[in-house]
Amino acid sequence: MTITLDSIRKNQKVKVVSFSGGWGIRQRLGCLGIHPGDIITVKRSAIMRGPILISVHGNQVALGRGVARKVVVEAE
Amino acid sequence: MKIALMGQPNSGKSTVFNDVAGYKAITSNFPGKTVKYTLTKFNLLGQTIELVDLPGTYSLTSFDLAELEARKYLLKGNVDVVINVIDASLLSRSLELTLQLLELKLPMVICLNMIDEADRKGIKINIEKLSKILGIPVVPTIALKGKGVKKLFSMACKIGEEKRIGKTLNFSKDVEDVVTQLSIQIKKKQISQEFNVTERFLAIKYLENDSYYMENFEKRDKDIFKDIIHFQNQLSETHGRQSDVVISSERHHLSMNIYESVVLLTRPHTSLIDYLDNILMHPFLGYISLGLIFYLFFNLIFSAGKMVEEPLLDYFYRLIPLIEKSINPNTLSFSIINGIIQGLAGGIAIVLPYLFPFLFGLAILEDLGYLPRIAFLLDAFLHKIGLHGKAIIPFILGYGCTVPAIMATRILESERDRFIASVLATMIPCAARMTIIFALVAFYISPQAALAIYILNIIVIVISGKILSRLLPEITPGMILEIPAYHIPSIKVALAKTWLRMKEFIFIAWPLLIAGSTVLSLLQYFKADNYINQLFSPLTFSLLGLPIVVGTTLIFGILRKELSMLMLIQAIGTSNVAAVMSTTQIMTFTIFIIFYVPCVATIAVLWKEIGSKRTLFTIAFTSILAIILATITRFVY
Repeated sequence: MTITLDSIRKNQKVKVVSFSGGWGIRQRLGCLGIHPGDIITVKRSAIMRGPILISVHGNQVALGRGVARKVVVEAE
Repeated sequence: MKIALMGQPNSGKSTVFNDVAGYKAITSNFPGKTVKYTLTKFNLLGQTIELVDLPGTYSLTSFDLAELEARKYLLKGNVDVVINVIDASLLSRSLELTLQLLELKLPMVICLNMIDEADRKGIKINIEKLSKILGIPVVPTIALKGKGVKKLFSMACKIGEEKRIGKTLNFSKDVEDVVTQLSIQIKKKQISQEFNVTERFLAIKYLENDSYYMENFEKRDKDIFKDIIHFQNQLSETHGRQSDVVISSERHHLSMNIYESVVLLTRPHTSLIDYLDNILMHPFLGYISLGLIFYLFFNLIFSAGKMVEEPLLDYFYRLIPLIEKSINPNTLSFSIINGIIQGLAGGIAIVLPYLFPFLFGLAILEDLGYLPRIAFLLDAFLHKIGLHGKAIIPFILGYGCTVPAIMATRILESERDRFIASVLATMIPCAARMTIIFALVAFYISPQAALAIYILNIIVIVISGKILSRLLPEITPGMILEIPAYHIPSIKVALAKTWLRMKEFIFIAWPLLIAGSTVLSLLQYFKADNYINQLFSPLTFSLLGLPIVVGTTLIFGILRKELSMLMLIQAIGTSNVAAVMSTTQIMTFTIFIIFYVPCVATIAVLWKEIGSKRTLFTIAFTSILAIILATITRFVY
């Protein structure tokens, strides 16, 4: 079963499956080291449906909710 | 020899640059602070080197204006050597840009920066092996401490003379075949020359669907268009994902392979600073700390400034009666001398005492890496005014000076976001306006009243943001922002940065202040100020209930906002403002000054960044806002 990144709980590890966004968002995520097949950990999420903080390849990236919704993941 | 510093955001390019140039380029711990390039010339072993510090770019596919600028500069083709600055603690991701740079076939050297940070994270890099794989020299550095920088530049010169270029690293076979086939077609058509890039580079960019290169190819040649689409489809069919994802994944795997073969992972050393996020980014404590940090910051500036302002002002105002004794106050020369002294006193006693602690504190927060954390905390709130978290960075810089704040809006992706953020940034009280708030309101009324102005200002900005985003109903692209590791700020660097920003005041604004107060003295001497004041009296006197003499100060305030305060003191003829103006009048005056027409420097940068029409809109919008708010203040406060 696949789910999107915005619904992942804190401290959970997931594997990126695909991106449902357009060219721009795919490229920008790729630049920050987020590609299909990568393992990412959700570190925290901000209140009021704010962004989530993920850790990928030892680096921290903040993703807005809207962006996180476009990242399809599966539980590790 | 011309050398360009190229690398991902926040890898330390500007720090390397400053090592040889002196502190000329602003450095901070957040991605994307360099938005335009800075040049310097220096001598190395008898050779003149021209060094350019380019904005950071994650890849050679460009999204924002700053990245586009970096790529354009590099492809202009007059760079002799590229220094690819890499944050060693983020090696695998950084190599993805390195691979693209190698495809440009330019002489190149790698600067493996922040090697100490990598050590701390337990990343041990086999430098010789990395150099062998890429076919170019790799020099480890700690730019913040100046370590390895000399060696880096002598290596860069050597490579530049030899014109040595690195290896091309191949993708997996099926992808490589597609790239090669497309390259052959491109070579036949000879279209890569006009872009000044290699066929292989162009082929990869086409497969990645890069909008810059794709834009006008359709008109040029139908055949090549068909080829590109054909190969893009072939890649996406065989891999089951879009061709641009195929290429970026290939590059990613290649980088990971290199990373794994040159890195030995050991136990990371954790320090207290790694736990800071448990408080500063906590869903509850994070906001408490944010409020507390800014409250303390505010108090610190006020108490430090006040301590210096009082004795200095006293000193200067004892000076004028002394001069009156020796020169007749009704002569022209006294007017001029009086004007100059007022201008000098304003700079030393009123502006600098508040400017220095503010800029120093801001530098410390920037270097620590706190700004991206604020973007994370406030993203949800900024969405309410139609922007996203990254917009907080220009806003915070706006408390320093509006000009760099507007330049910093370049980190935002959409034009609409840049416009809204620019308009709102002009309303944020910059350091110049801060000195007015502190020296008039906090000094004569109370610190609480000054704090209230800041809070009111934020409320007005939120409402204006809501109005603007209503007028331009477009959904902001979501936030994607790297949150860099904390760095313990270096006092030396923070002081250098403070000095660089203060220089702007000392050498540009201050002479203007002195000239301005001299002009006012002359106007008063020739009684010309009365005409100007009369002209403005419907606004200043009738509507806002201010003393008639403030008319001239408002015109001069457009040159520099501090000027209006210094001239106010001069125009009312006493340094004790409270003796002439009521608290309501001081409040009304300050509110009006904060919001009305941005200063000349801001108008110039707005004109360049958002165009003439939108600049005129901003001027009208802020003026109307200032009149409304100041009128309300008059009757309510």
